Amino acid sequence: MAGQEQEGAACPACCFGGVIGGRGKDMFSIKVSSPFPARGTAPGGRTRWVSRQVGDRVIHVLLLSFAFTCIVFLVGIVIVLLMEGLPVLQKLGIAPFILGRDWYPTYEPPSFGALPLVLGSLWVTLGAIIVAVPLGIGAAIYTSQIAGERTREMIKPIVELLAGIPSVVYGFFGMAVVSPLVQRIFDLPTGLTALTGAITLAIMSLPTVVSISEDAITAVPNSYKEASYALGATKWETISRVVVPAASSGIFTAVILGISRAIGETMTVLMVAGNSAIIPRSFLQPVRTMTATIAAEMGEAPVGSDHYHALFAIGILLFLMTLIFNILADFLTRRYKERMGKV
Amino acid sequence: MSTLKAATAGSAVAGVHHARVNVRYMRQRLAFAATALSVGLTLGSFFVIVVFMASKGLPVISWEFLTEMPRMGMTAGGIFPAILGTFYLVLGAIAFALPLGVLSAIYLAEYAKQGMLVRIIRVGVNSLAGVPSVVFGLFGLSVFVKFMGFGVSILSGALTLGILILPTIIRASEEALLAVPYSFREASLALGATKWQTVKRVVLPAAVPGILTGCILGIGRAAGETAPILFTAATFYTMHLPSSIFDEVLALPYHIYALMTEGTMIDKQMPIAYGTALVLLFLVLSMNLAAVVIRMNYARKKQW
Repeated sequence: MAGQEQEGAACPACCFGGVIGGRGKDMFSIKVSSPFPARGTAPGGRTRWVSRQVGDRVIHVLLLSFAFTCIVFLVGIVIVLLMEGLPVLQKLGIAPFILGRDWYPTYEPPSFGALPLVLGSLWVTLGAIIVAVPLGIGAAIYTSQIAGERTREMIKPIVELLAGIPSVVYGFFGMAVVSPLVQRIFDLPTGLTALTGAITLAIMSLPTVVSISEDAITAVPNSYKEASYALGATKWETISRVVVPAASSGIFTAVILGISRAIGETMTVLMVAGNSAIIPRSFLQPVRTMTATIAAEMGEAPVGSDHYHALFAIGILLFLMTLIFNILADFLTRRYKERMGKV
Repeated sequence: MSTLKAATAGSAVAGVHHARVNVRYMRQRLAFAATALSVGLTLGSFFVIVVFMASKGLPVISWEFLTEMPRMGMTAGGIFPAILGTFYLVLGAIAFALPLGVLSAIYLAEYAKQGMLVRIIRVGVNSLAGVPSVVFGLFGLSVFVKFMGFGVSILSGALTLGILILPTIIRASEEALLAVPYSFREASLALGATKWQTVKRVVLPAAVPGILTGCILGIGRAAGETAPILFTAATFYTMHLPSSIFDEVLALPYHIYALMTEGTMIDKQMPIAYGTALVLLFLVLSMNLAAVVIRMNYARKKQW
């Protein structure tokens, strides 16, 4: 009985001793990199640990390569646009293509001047921004500063849902509702005009402007407001002279992203803006944007023709314009975060 | 005497002061009304669009409308092929983008060390999100339709849409992963798990609701986009359902566009367009609503 007991006690002690003695050095080397020598005997644990570490390295590299696919696609888009678009730019020259005033791709001889399309895009976007920016900033101010907690929680999801409506539905709505209204009010031969496009596009870019400027306004520290109140300012004076100026670069980001979204938008303007490739002179005439041109003409352009390549060249212009706006927005956001972080 | 003078002067000042305060509060009231009006217009435009589409579309929608083939050159019959086509396209896009997006997000959130490489990847994700949708269409046309020879097909369209929604999924997943508290990882590592085991069995399950939100938003986006499938997958006239991933398909958003701009019998096509738009709107908005609800529930139930 006593012998048995002793045997039983000796065994764990022995194992314990073995663990301490055998692994003492390992324990230190392991401590630096990772705490998992885990269970099992010393040699087995060691190889298993090594294999697990190697496995983790492999997974790390695999994941990195997956994360790189976004870069691959972005670079792929650039390469494709350049490969398909450059031939026509080389043939015509960059300046005549961008500054050419006539877009008659199916005439004989054809004429590829993208200026009416570039100006068409900028014109409709300008109109959309004139409508969307004051409305969007006003709505953001109300949501962030004036509305109560419960109202705010009602407004924000609806703005998100507004952002989720597909562009083709906006376009359809523009055709069915906005266009007849514009036609009747201004007594025009057609309701499909730059103004119709601008209004529809404004509704579309509202959610972008509202939600991003709302974030920026909410991020302004309370201490700013308290200081203003302490000086005797009313709530509106505080908002208009302290909070909004402090959030201005964030609001500016929202405007830029709204512009970028409006320039890149295709279906709405294709359906609503009237599609005539002339240099815009008023908001009450039909215009054609870069996006609408690509969407409308790609189906008819024979693969490999000058027309086909010219549409890709417009794609290059479009890509560059939105990229510049997005990079600018990115830069402003980072600066804004840094500044607000320091406060 | 002098005290009286001082008192009258004081009250005059107070009067002027009072008037000025009143003007300031009047101005405030006006400004608040203006901001409330802009909220009203923003929310109003949402309700006007939804109510308009519902009032025009509901009379058109019936069981037959949802389950039958179009007839008489798209001027009668149902929109079943468009519903099916959109389903296939979205399924393909998610099958492509979800694994890729979640794995990318795991790298960015769990493995990456802050540095040049990560900054490049992040700029890449942001830039890809900002590329206009019609440019994705050009890319899909050139690479999938022509170069890889998939033709105008479900496969080309699904891949193009997949690339389009990739940034959405990466951002949502990364945010979800970063929201998992660090103590979860420490507990798992302390039990002897490797980093990958920790990510796979602890972090990822905790982040599922957030990833699901991103996935649902991606579905909504992919279902509603028209420009990317314009030259890669969509067709207007087809008399049979797709039999393989190399067939072209009808899709809900493209169907609306085609009904409104092609064909000659606009009077007969218009009601079908309303019905199709309502189906698409219902699909996309219910997806977005689901995402909002999941996020709210998740935020409320979260224990950490």
